[in-house]
Amino acid sequence: MKIKVNGEEVEFETELTVSELLEKEDVEMPDMVSVELNGEILDRKDFATQVVEDGGQVEFLYFMGGGTGHELYRRTA
Amino acid sequence: MNFTEEQLERYSRHIILQDVGVEGQIKLLESSILIIGTGGLGTPAAQFLAAVGVGKIGLVDADQVELSNLQRQVLHHTPDVGKLKVQSAKEKINSMNPDVEVKTYDYYLMSHNIKEVIREYDFVIDGTDNFPAKFLINDACVMEGKPLSHAGIIKFTGQTMTIVPEDDETPCYRCVFPEPPEPGVVPSCKEAGILGVMGGVIGTIQATEAIKYLLDKGELLTGTLLSYDALDMEFRKINLNCNDNCGVCSDDPEITELIDYEQGACEL
Repeated sequence: MKIKVNGEEVEFETELTVSELLEKEDVEMPDMVSVELNGEILDRKDFATQVVEDGGQVEFLYFMGGGTGHELYRRTA
Repeated sequence: MNFTEEQLERYSRHIILQDVGVEGQIKLLESSILIIGTGGLGTPAAQFLAAVGVGKIGLVDADQVELSNLQRQVLHHTPDVGKLKVQSAKEKINSMNPDVEVKTYDYYLMSHNIKEVIREYDFVIDGTDNFPAKFLINDACVMEGKPLSHAGIIKFTGQTMTIVPEDDETPCYRCVFPEPPEPGVVPSCKEAGILGVMGGVIGTIQATEAIKYLLDKGELLTGTLLSYDALDMEFRKINLNCNDNCGVCSDDPEITELIDYEQGACEL
């Protein structure tokens, strides 16, 4: 199936949950990410059960503070 | 109001600009903007809002200028190290544009004092560096019906969105980020750093949004998170919807009183 993650098309063999997607996409600090699926912000407690279906549009929205920062996430290129 | 000769010259490029003109310039001179945090985001925002002639600018910051701030906080100069940031910024603004009245608040805004401060202003710019402040500012602005520009920056990336509570269609910060991250999951702050120009780019966009709001021109970043990646030199607009379960701006909000969250591990 094909989905869009932060605007880029990504292909997976099977449907997967938001938690699995966060792991597949190498999001190191999922606690610092808000997830929007098809325009709706998900409740964090639903990450483990919410399935991303074919054609789904996912946005990982990162908590950002100010002047000094920290390693929030790293995506494989 | 009538312009002086000096004002006609100072603001001449606005006065000839369609969509600003004499009327727009008068609006700016009669407007007030509160900038919370006079650091990486707040100083470039303040600099341009002063230059364009926003009549009253409020500056909130309890910190003093440190040498490590100067790489990105452009209103603070080397001789200012040790000085209160609001005082340093006020001096530069006064020198830049005597039309601007600057009011300084050299203390932290908390649940007990934020509302009375934001009430004095037409628009609020969040230039803070920590999550307790960002949630407090959002919630206070929603409760007071005060328009707000949110922003965050880290490393080579930044984000900003504009919140207009009087417009029911526009989501607030808490619609997108329902709760602050747990203090325990916020890692040490000194590791990653920040490119010196990031606040310049994002803070200037915040100032632009404030000016557009005051002039009632153009499309605001409401219902939109603008995400900027300096390494890829890419801007993305992410559409955001109101969250029906939002703790503060939904029809039946859980949060009816302001919350002072713990600062957590991220002492900036």
